[in-house]
Amino acid sequence: MSTNESILEVTDLRTSFFTEGGEVKAVDGVTFDVPAGKTLGIVGESGSGKSITAMSILQLISHPGKIKGGEIKFRGKNLLDLTEKEMRKIRGNQISMIFQEPMTSLNPTYTVGQQIRESYKIHQGLGKKEGSKRAIEMLKLVGIPSPEKRLDQYPFELSGGMRQRVMIAMALACKPDLLIADEPTTALDVTIQAQILELIKELQDELGMSVVMITHDLGVVAETCDYVAVMYCGKVVEYADVRTLFKNPRHPYTVGLLKSLPRSDRDQEELTPIKGTVPSPDEMPVGCRFAPRCPFATDLCHEKLPSLDDVGDGEQIRCWIYTDEWNGDPGVKVYEPERTTES
Amino acid sequence: MSQKELLKVKNLKQYFPIKGGILGRTVNNVKAVDDISFTVHEGETVSVVGESGCGKSTTGRAILRLDNPTDGTVEFDGINLLDLNKKEMRKMRKDMQIIFQDPYASLNPRQTVRETLREAMAIQGVVPKEERADRIAELLETVGLQPYHADRYPHEFSGGQRQRIGIARALSVDPKLIVCDEAVSALDVSIQAQVLNLLKKFQKEMNLTYLFISHDLGVVRHISDRVIVMYLGKIVEVGDKKSIFENPQHPYTKALLSAIPVPDPDHDKDRIFLQGDVPSPIDPPTGCRFHTRCPFATERCKEETPELRSTGYMAEGHQGACHYMELIESGEHQPTRETSKVRQLSEEPERV
Ligand SMILES: Nc1ncnc2c1ncn2[C@@H]1O[C@H](COP(=O)(O)OP(=O)(O)OP(=O)(O)O)[C@@H](O)[C@H]1O
Ligand SMILES: Nc1ncnc2c1ncn2[C@@H]1O[C@H](COP(=O)(O)OP(=O)(O)OP(=O)(O)O)[C@@H](O)[C@H]1O
Ligand code: SF4
Ligand code: SF4
Ligand SMILES: [Mg+2]
Ligand SMILES: [Mg+2]
Repeated sequence: MSTNESILEVTDLRTSFFTEGGEVKAVDGVTFDVPAGKTLGIVGESGSGKSITAMSILQLISHPGKIKGGEIKFRGKNLLDLTEKEMRKIRGNQISMIFQEPMTSLNPTYTVGQQIRESYKIHQGLGKKEGSKRAIEMLKLVGIPSPEKRLDQYPFELSGGMRQRVMIAMALACKPDLLIADEPTTALDVTIQAQILELIKELQDELGMSVVMITHDLGVVAETCDYVAVMYCGKVVEYADVRTLFKNPRHPYTVGLLKSLPRSDRDQEELTPIKGTVPSPDEMPVGCRFAPRCPFATDLCHEKLPSLDDVGDGEQIRCWIYTDEWNGDPGVKVYEPERTTES
Repeated sequence: MSQKELLKVKNLKQYFPIKGGILGRTVNNVKAVDDISFTVHEGETVSVVGESGCGKSTTGRAILRLDNPTDGTVEFDGINLLDLNKKEMRKMRKDMQIIFQDPYASLNPRQTVRETLREAMAIQGVVPKEERADRIAELLETVGLQPYHADRYPHEFSGGQRQRIGIARALSVDPKLIVCDEAVSALDVSIQAQVLNLLKKFQKEMNLTYLFISHDLGVVRHISDRVIVMYLGKIVEVGDKKSIFENPQHPYTKALLSAIPVPDPDHDKDRIFLQGDVPSPIDPPTGCRFHTRCPFATERCKEETPELRSTGYMAEGHQGACHYMELIESGEHQPTRETSKVRQLSEEPERV
């Protein structure tokens, strides 16, 4: 898929929730690679399965959810073959996660110092003194002023931006090889977001980590990612390097997202929304999941689900247009660059 | 857009008391909105932007008198709303509607869409009883919903559809002004674009005036005629959209704009990193409220409060509240703080 060696290869991952209303296929055949040392972005609208994909990688899915199948190869080893005990050694150590809402993963009854020390104790067997020393180093690393004082503070005593920094410090405490960041800045103001994203990027360079950046913000993707997987209804519909995705998007859904986006960097006459809404789990189309909203859909699209296929240059697309079976307009132009008035 | 001034806000203050001690006396105030003035013309969209807690929603609520403003005047159509009694104010509400961020919280879960719309019209008494059924069908069609949706409950709709119901309810009484408080912020971009297009269409057709509150500067650039930038309860810059986005003068506006991630991998990032977090509005910094984070702050900024003003080279109606606008523009006043690094936080006192 890519020329770099991959640190993570997810293949045909499927995770469902078995609810009273039936099976909800939250992640329905997700495939992507994370090249070592790079950042992969996962984008998609609310409910497309981004968080469940991340939770599946760390096997944090609980009842009524279940990982049904697929492969999650981390450094060549399938994580789904590991026992819970073996997984525990990987979590927070080789693979770490930052969650959208820091309060859900920081324990409100322990001080910042206690929480970071705990991580050193579990994974590296460090005592209180050595743990504190390392914790101070971490807090300094993420740009927290007077880290010695912060060690004794509780999460509620910190501002939102500070808490997010503490989260990052905790996630990076054991110098993971892979960091999964699920909407790490969505709850923050843009000026704080800019700080946090830059911080993650700098730490990635210093520590040589690979990153999976989950977001619904295409601006964040463009600024932080090397590769991008676009998700729709539990499936990856386009996988490409970041320049290709923005300069030459090929999947009709990706193009629809870009055309819906109001831009802060230039004037636009009109937005072109994607028509309709995301289908609910109980009325999922049988063919291409995007067919009811796609301006190019043919009868083939409505009847048969396209597969995620290589289209060259390490890019993958899930759309009939790019296959020999395409029965619509042979000269169809999915994307035409807008003529814009740059500011 | 006409030249008629529909809404004129003058020296508006909204303080929220903080009670303390065993006697429950007011020990301090949250100065959520602290002496702001601005005008909105008929048929225009004026956006209010700024970070969380800067007073955007409070401004909107004060104008509609959902809270009782501490001081100032709010003239709507020539009448000072703050002089009206409850009954008179209720009548005025017909002309002034609000759409909230979370349509779910603002809709009655036990009422069908039809009941919600009928009630809105009944309270305001604008549409005669016998015409209400037709009007409901018309409204639903206008906002892109089906007639059968009228008999469904809020939980049976998606977020985007609920936001359309919120819009239909606001439109049902034929208002002049709609305050949109983060009205599209919770929506996915594809749905957000649908709702933004609808709002624009209605504005054209019904000569509506919008006060559009949002922290999303992409959305703001798309929908606004003019923009108000707030920081800690004060207006720091105001101007037409072009001036604010292409020629920002206040250091805060510049930092805010530079922080927005742009969906273009080739975009030149000349990012200004602000230090630290927004201070508390309970005990805001003296002088210029931005001085604790401003890259250009000097001793003078700690003492003297800058007023909104224009300079020779700024467009008509474009004003900023900074002592050094001209000198920053000409390059004579250089940054007094590091702005290119994220890990050199200054040791400033935390205010909680
Ligand atoms: N515990 C659960 N029970 C049933 N369905 C669930 C559960 N958790 C998630 N889902 C469903 O799984 C799908 C994917 O959810 P997920 O949280 O991964 O979305 P997401 O892409 O992260 O969205 P968002 O951008 O809103 O965070 C959704 O349809 C959601 O309703
Ligand atoms: N009823 C209230 N009592 C006390 N403080 C309040 C009240 N309402 C708002 N505040 C405070 O006033 C300040 C301004 O709040 P406001 O809701 O107007 O901010 P905002 O700009 O709308 O922020 P956001 O983007 O988060 O919605 C905040 O510090 C807030 O905590
Ligand atoms: S397969 Fe068909 S419906 Fe699906 S995205 Fe491609 S053209 Fe559209
Ligand atoms: S007055 Fe001073 S602190 Fe305020 S914005 Fe201008 S330079 Fe910055
Ligand atoms: Mg999520
Ligand atoms: Mg608000």
